[in-house]
Amino acid sequence: MPDNGLTRALQGLGRRVTDRIWRLGFAARFLLATVMYSGTALRRFNLTIREIYFTGVLSLIIILVSGLFVGMVLGLQGYDTLQRYGSSEALGILVALSLVRELGPVVAALLFASRAGSAITAEIGLMKATEQLSAMEMMAVDPIARVVAPRFWAGVISMPLLAMLFSAMGIFGGYLVGVQLIGVDEGSFWSQMQASVDFREDILNGVIKSFVFGAIISWIAVFEGYDCEPTAEGVSGATTRTVVTSSLAILAADFILTALMFRGA
Amino acid sequence: MNRATLDLWVGFFVAIGLAALLFLALKVGNLASSNVGETYQLQAEFDNIGGLKVRAPVKSAGVVVGRVTDIRFDPESYRALVGMKIDARYKFPRDTILTINTSGILGEQYVGFEVGGDTEMLKNGDTVKKTQSAVVLEKLISEFMFNKAQDEKK
Repeated sequence: MPDNGLTRALQGLGRRVTDRIWRLGFAARFLLATVMYSGTALRRFNLTIREIYFTGVLSLIIILVSGLFVGMVLGLQGYDTLQRYGSSEALGILVALSLVRELGPVVAALLFASRAGSAITAEIGLMKATEQLSAMEMMAVDPIARVVAPRFWAGVISMPLLAMLFSAMGIFGGYLVGVQLIGVDEGSFWSQMQASVDFREDILNGVIKSFVFGAIISWIAVFEGYDCEPTAEGVSGATTRTVVTSSLAILAADFILTALMFRGA
Repeated sequence: MNRATLDLWVGFFVAIGLAALLFLALKVGNLASSNVGETYQLQAEFDNIGGLKVRAPVKSAGVVVGRVTDIRFDPESYRALVGMKIDARYKFPRDTILTINTSGILGEQYVGFEVGGDTEMLKNGDTVKKTQSAVVLEKLISEFMFNKAQDEKK
């Protein structure tokens, strides 16, 4: 075979494609193993509680503050557009529906991926680089059950709670700007919101979304950490990949879930 | 950090998370008002329901007294069958006329009850036949144009 630039480029492309597919298969097998070995994480629940503290509680500040500001911006922008059509009372609907259906789950998930997902990857990656994971295996402790599964479940549990807090905070922000600052009528702000936000159709679907996002982020984060090269560059590369891959995966999954849930009655 | 503090923080986190869900459900959503006590089922046949949707309100004198639960097409009479859940506190006479109205020009459509004078009341499972179709704007405009053209010919 002639060894020229074209062949080498094609070989490189082929290797990259097979590499991706191989990694996807490995990631799927890894998810299965995590779920199968999660008995320990659920039986010794304080392991998981510890991780909920690090992923959920420590993300509270960023989630609450961003939620408040996103809601305030929605209030301003929504009012600006709605008052042109003389329907500024619909501000409550606009703020509540956009937060509960989309922005709450999606923006909270993106923040969660960069705040907690990257930390999980870095932690597990560093454990691998300093051979703590091999040491555990040597002591007959399964690192998937002891290290990976608690972090995975902590993410799955924290994400819906954070998304709901984000939505609630955002609606409060929209209320602050819309009612207190601009002076939209308070009664119609809340009553129009209540009349058109449905608990099952809108709120529960948002919770389901954030649940799926939590599973996706946690899966990618623990997998990248577990799979990373045990070097300093390897850990930093894996951390970056966690944020990039999970952000893209969240947006893609959001499209699919939205298409399934909100077809329009 | 010791375990008690950790548990306390996680407990606090879960509690405010659930409080947020409660806030969304009761203050933002319609969970508080959607299933108020007992209801009874009514059906109505319409020639044309326009843009009426499931979960649209049923109003009498402007007050919400129920919700539309299902909309079907009757292949025998070629009419629309609209099922409604009415609050059991409110009874309506048998000769009540059902209309489909629009709130505002661009607002949502709802079923309106024009209350009649019969002494007998509608019961669970009854079908109302006296109905008035939704106003379809295109039809109105075309009729208006047609009449206008007729007038000009004369």
